[in-house]
Amino acid sequence: MRRTAIAALLVGGLIVTACGDDDAETADTETPPADTSDDTSVGTDAPAGSEAPADTGADGAGDAAACAVDKTLAPGELTIATGEPAFPPYVIDDAPETGEGFEAAVAMAVAREMGFEGDAVTWIRTTFDAAIQPGPKDFDFNLQQYTITPDRAEFVSFSEPYYTAAQAIFGLADAPAADATTIADLQGLKIGVQASTTSLTYVEDVIQPTEAPLVFNDNAAAKQALDGNQIDAIVADLPTALFITAVEMEGTAVYGQIEGSGTDQFGLLLEKDSPLVECVNAALASLTASGELEAITTEWMADYTEAPIITLT
Amino acid sequence: MAAVSTVLFVAAVVIAVPLTPGWDRVQRSFFDPDKFREVFPKMLGPFWYDVQIFLWCAPLILIVGLLISFARGVRSPALYPVKLLATLYVDIVRGVPVLLWITLIGFGVPALFQTRDWYGRLIVWGSVALVMTYSAYVSEVFRAGIESIHESQRAGARSLGLTNNQTMRHIVLPQAIRRVVPPLMNDLVSLQKDVALISILGPVEALRRAGIETARDFNYTPYIAAAVLFLCVSIPLTRITDHLLARERRQMTGTSVR
Repeated sequence: MRRTAIAALLVGGLIVTACGDDDAETADTETPPADTSDDTSVGTDAPAGSEAPADTGADGAGDAAACAVDKTLAPGELTIATGEPAFPPYVIDDAPETGEGFEAAVAMAVAREMGFEGDAVTWIRTTFDAAIQPGPKDFDFNLQQYTITPDRAEFVSFSEPYYTAAQAIFGLADAPAADATTIADLQGLKIGVQASTTSLTYVEDVIQPTEAPLVFNDNAAAKQALDGNQIDAIVADLPTALFITAVEMEGTAVYGQIEGSGTDQFGLLLEKDSPLVECVNAALASLTASGELEAITTEWMADYTEAPIITLT
Repeated sequence: MAAVSTVLFVAAVVIAVPLTPGWDRVQRSFFDPDKFREVFPKMLGPFWYDVQIFLWCAPLILIVGLLISFARGVRSPALYPVKLLATLYVDIVRGVPVLLWITLIGFGVPALFQTRDWYGRLIVWGSVALVMTYSAYVSEVFRAGIESIHESQRAGARSLGLTNNQTMRHIVLPQAIRRVVPPLMNDLVSLQKDVALISILGPVEALRRAGIETARDFNYTPYIAAAVLFLCVSIPLTRITDHLLARERRQMTGTSVR
């Protein structure tokens, strides 16, 4: 009974937001003219796409665009969320709307495939936690290196993966652990790691250090702790690790990537069972088919993929 | 009547909540009994960490807070700078969010020392930040208590030959502290929850552990487990204080009649 009472308090907030959602839906039906005036090309494109579904490339874009009509949060607009601040190489200079940086570029390409360009794309910021709460979302999709896992997919929906990243460990370049070749070489280290990430899962479940790891809100805090000699090393996804050691922190080096960790797939995060899932997937499929996703990946991530492998045994 | 209204209220909640459109989802992600059983034992260690931080911070806060309240209450004109400094301290420390102090001191000072000995650790300086902020709050509580003791008490004590210090120690403080126990407990219960803020410095305490477990599968039940643990301490803490105060009051009124 008491548990239910607590639930009532929690649910109260959700009801309010749920009502907000209803409003958005009615707004949707009221304003189709705005929609069509925004992307007239989509209107003509879509029937063509459905007539010739076997076509690739340009028509694939039409599919994603037709699919997205009337399904976004704000009619005629796509709302994309990322972290605050967003870190390179995923977003350069914390300005995702420029399309500079890997995830910014991916998001903009997906948006374009879905028929949203220029002013029709709105960027908002959410924390990692705000994005995973089970209620309605205030974004159409969110990307901040969310790893797709079946457990997480119980509560939110993911797109098909747009990137696969390994986990890496880095620290001071002149430390003994810099020459680590096996996990055993890492277990004596005081490790810092960002909370809520699969990096932490690797620290706790795979590396299993003898000293309890320190867990931070973001990698900026972890870097501060490394600077203050509070930790020996940080575990993060490989592109982040390579970027930090190459650009942001002098005297640091990536010790290596953890064997078997190269299977973490990043996906766009959407509200559970969002009708947009098929649209972003169509957009991603089209970007993959046209080779654009690979081009974006090469442009932004090429420098951040190479590191020696630290074996498990 | 109280019973009837309570039953009606609870019944309304029990019936109404599951009817909300999001209940199914919320129940799965916030109130998953299997998940609760799985994470609860894992939360005990981290929660003990919270309790430890509380246990070493609370006495320090009471001592520092009392000293500051003395400093603010000095009457000698020669000691005016002390009073001024204490006032500034309270104004500045109290005027900045606790979380900000913990971040600034907890990350900043260890970077100066560059050591993992005790005096250079994040957790030590995080605790210092907590003691600093809470002692500022608590000093105001003590000051209110001391000022609430009527001037005639001091006059009476001094006329009996007690020195200023003796008056403070034997006459003013015993009465003042009794009066401020409820607001003090208020601050301590608040502290007992704010220790979780130290998690931003890296230590994995209950709130952080709940966050970690939640991030694994986006199931929020661990936060409920953490909330239950915090309640397990704060509710008895409040009840015990109430009980002690009530007993105190009975004894006090008893003596005054006799």
